[in-house]
Amino acid sequence: MNLSFKGGIHPLSSIHHGKYLTEKAALEVMPAPKVLSFPISQHIGAPAKPIVEVGDRVLMGQKIAEAAAFVSVPVHSSVSGTVTEIAQKSHILGRPVLSIVVENDFKDEKVPGFGETRDISKLDKKELVGMIQEGGIVGMGGATFPTHVKLSPPDDKPIDYLIVNAAECEPFLTADHRALLEKTDDIVKGLQVVMKILGVQRGIIGIENNKKDAIAKVRTAVKGLPITVKTLRVKYPQGGEKQLIQAITKREVPSGGLPMDIGAVVLNTSTCIAIYQALVKQIPLIERIVTVTGIVKKPSNLIVRVGTSFEDVCEYVGGFTEHVEKLITGGPMMGIAQYSLDVSVIKGTSGILALGKELAVFPPQVNCIRCTRCVQACPAGLLPLTMNQHILRADYETAEKYHVMDCIECGACSYICPSNRYLTQSFKLGKMQILKQRKAQSAK
Amino acid sequence: MEYFDKVKVTAAPHVRSTNSVTGVMTSVMIALIPALAVGVYYFGLYSLIVVLVCMLSAMAFEALAQVLLKRKISILDMSAALTGMLLGMNLPPTVPLWLPVIGAGFAVVIVKQLFGGLGQNFMNPALGARAFLLASWPALMTKFSPAIAGSWRSILVPDALTSASVSGGADAVSGATPLQALAAGSNLPGLWNTFIGNVSGVIGEASAAALLLGGVYLIIRKIITWHVPVTYIGTVAILTFFLGKNSFDLMTVGYHVFGGGLMLGAIFMATDYSSSPIDSKAKVVYGIGCGILTAVFRLFGPTAEGVSYAILIMNLVVPLLDKAITPKLYGEVKVKS
Repeated sequence: MNLSFKGGIHPLSSIHHGKYLTEKAALEVMPAPKVLSFPISQHIGAPAKPIVEVGDRVLMGQKIAEAAAFVSVPVHSSVSGTVTEIAQKSHILGRPVLSIVVENDFKDEKVPGFGETRDISKLDKKELVGMIQEGGIVGMGGATFPTHVKLSPPDDKPIDYLIVNAAECEPFLTADHRALLEKTDDIVKGLQVVMKILGVQRGIIGIENNKKDAIAKVRTAVKGLPITVKTLRVKYPQGGEKQLIQAITKREVPSGGLPMDIGAVVLNTSTCIAIYQALVKQIPLIERIVTVTGIVKKPSNLIVRVGTSFEDVCEYVGGFTEHVEKLITGGPMMGIAQYSLDVSVIKGTSGILALGKELAVFPPQVNCIRCTRCVQACPAGLLPLTMNQHILRADYETAEKYHVMDCIECGACSYICPSNRYLTQSFKLGKMQILKQRKAQSAK
Repeated sequence: MEYFDKVKVTAAPHVRSTNSVTGVMTSVMIALIPALAVGVYYFGLYSLIVVLVCMLSAMAFEALAQVLLKRKISILDMSAALTGMLLGMNLPPTVPLWLPVIGAGFAVVIVKQLFGGLGQNFMNPALGARAFLLASWPALMTKFSPAIAGSWRSILVPDALTSASVSGGADAVSGATPLQALAAGSNLPGLWNTFIGNVSGVIGEASAAALLLGGVYLIIRKIITWHVPVTYIGTVAILTFFLGKNSFDLMTVGYHVFGGGLMLGAIFMATDYSSSPIDSKAKVVYGIGCGILTAVFRLFGPTAEGVSYAILIMNLVVPLLDKAITPKLYGEVKVKS
């Protein structure tokens, strides 16, 4: 039986969710470019602190910025070469971020121990979690929350569900799909390490039912291990952390709370690989799988060094085939539109998607007809049409009473709306305003 | 880089479904076509003209109101056309053609545009207009002609239609609607004829079979949900079973369910988006409310019909229902006091 959650939609189902472009494209290593730029903020939390200076020679895998707090992770150079600049550079989130620019010497000279197998069987939980932070590991599904924080639940919150999020419900993205097929062992081994850290007896890998080949492959790989593969219904946002937890555990993360409050920890597929690489192979997070797709010449699943510019990636796949209306990092439902190609692939970059005029549409908004499709689609159980009214009137207080802060910004309501209303977009605005007011109030 | 200049930057999501208001309205009109076809088959081509006049004048009035109110003209979204079609199908087949024009004007200008236009009407515009016409021209609005199979072939003039009851032969049924006959205790048409539409009534309500077909289509296309029609019709069936003229008589229930405006009302009128509740639990309450009122009006009221007023009254309760009943929030926690 395929598990699922309440609500949801089937975005772009008429074109097989856009995944047909790359789901059969095997992983391909993209050669490192001449110049790479490493933003010190590639995660949620305190930005890392640079520990190199302009002119320094750095090695592949060398730490170039260190964690500045508990909720922070270091940044490593993904090539060997020379630091040429430390300056504010464009960042995928829109605001410039201090970035360390490294000129590649194409020698790939590695730091000592890089790639050598390490015996971790005698290490204790604390040491392992420390190594995960040192490896610069963050949630690679897009939210980039530091993984070691997730793996350090307080003692009064025992974890009994450890779930690998391999739903990959965003249209167009196939990075996790390919990883499940081609990096199966890394994922399973990474999961086993985390099971040990958290003291969880059984690990679960949740995969959407449209990836039958991946389900079969992983099922074979976990035979005899305390790991279960659960198939999930193909529905967006099945890979939303809260929705995945609901589908698999039938528990709901309390409003305003964290998965660990109900004993669950969810890890992205790529994050599992990164954990295995960092702990066992001593390779910090310096590369990741990126689905480059849409109106590009050769849609691909690339293994890209972190710090590579979008321009280099797009050039590598042959450029664009028509005028780009929108360039998105991530998927079309929750990804972030970019105005420049002069931004770096960071740890959370799961895809680069170029949309032409066929899909990047801007239909005029008309009156809400109260059809309640948005209510039926909302996985959070909210009233998008009502919240939208209040936010457009700048009545954030009432919007808050209608639980706008529980909106996960999945975009399902905007997608489905026949009146083309900008629902999710207005909730983002409302949430920002409410947080601003809260901040102002607590400052008083 | 080639092809990369002047890109657009907006907040996510970046793609849209192909859903549109026009698509929704058109689907409902498609769902109404079987019932309209049966109406025309039994009541003559003239009834089709009544419906078309309603649709065209609704669109014209909408454009006029939007010009006067300095709004964007949006008659191509077909919502006015749908209102007109619903109104037309709620009129007797023999009304003079000025009546639909006035009705359409009332529906679109007074009930819809003056309250804010699309999606803002507090009651069903077509039903509001029907109530207005019924109050103003009761004689014209209750003059029903008999159903005559195949009358669409020759009969164009309403007078010819009304006189046809004399010479209609075996297929002709009296001009009374099944519910009027039931209330008066006079000869009832067969239940099968009532089901397929071979009975008197307004243009659109005659054939329960055709209306059900349209309802199934709307539910499959996910234009409406089952909540309102099922609870509404179910409540009427249960109440008329216990309280009907012949209690515990399934035949009576059959006439109540298939005979009057219940099918048209429950499937097409009570499900109007703007004037029905948001949450599905609230929809159930609303459907039951419509059912209770309909049964009360039919069984204890002076007229045989009650669907229009039941829905109109429940329309007014919708804002309260929307406030009181909201969906279950994901991860809702009990408020700590």
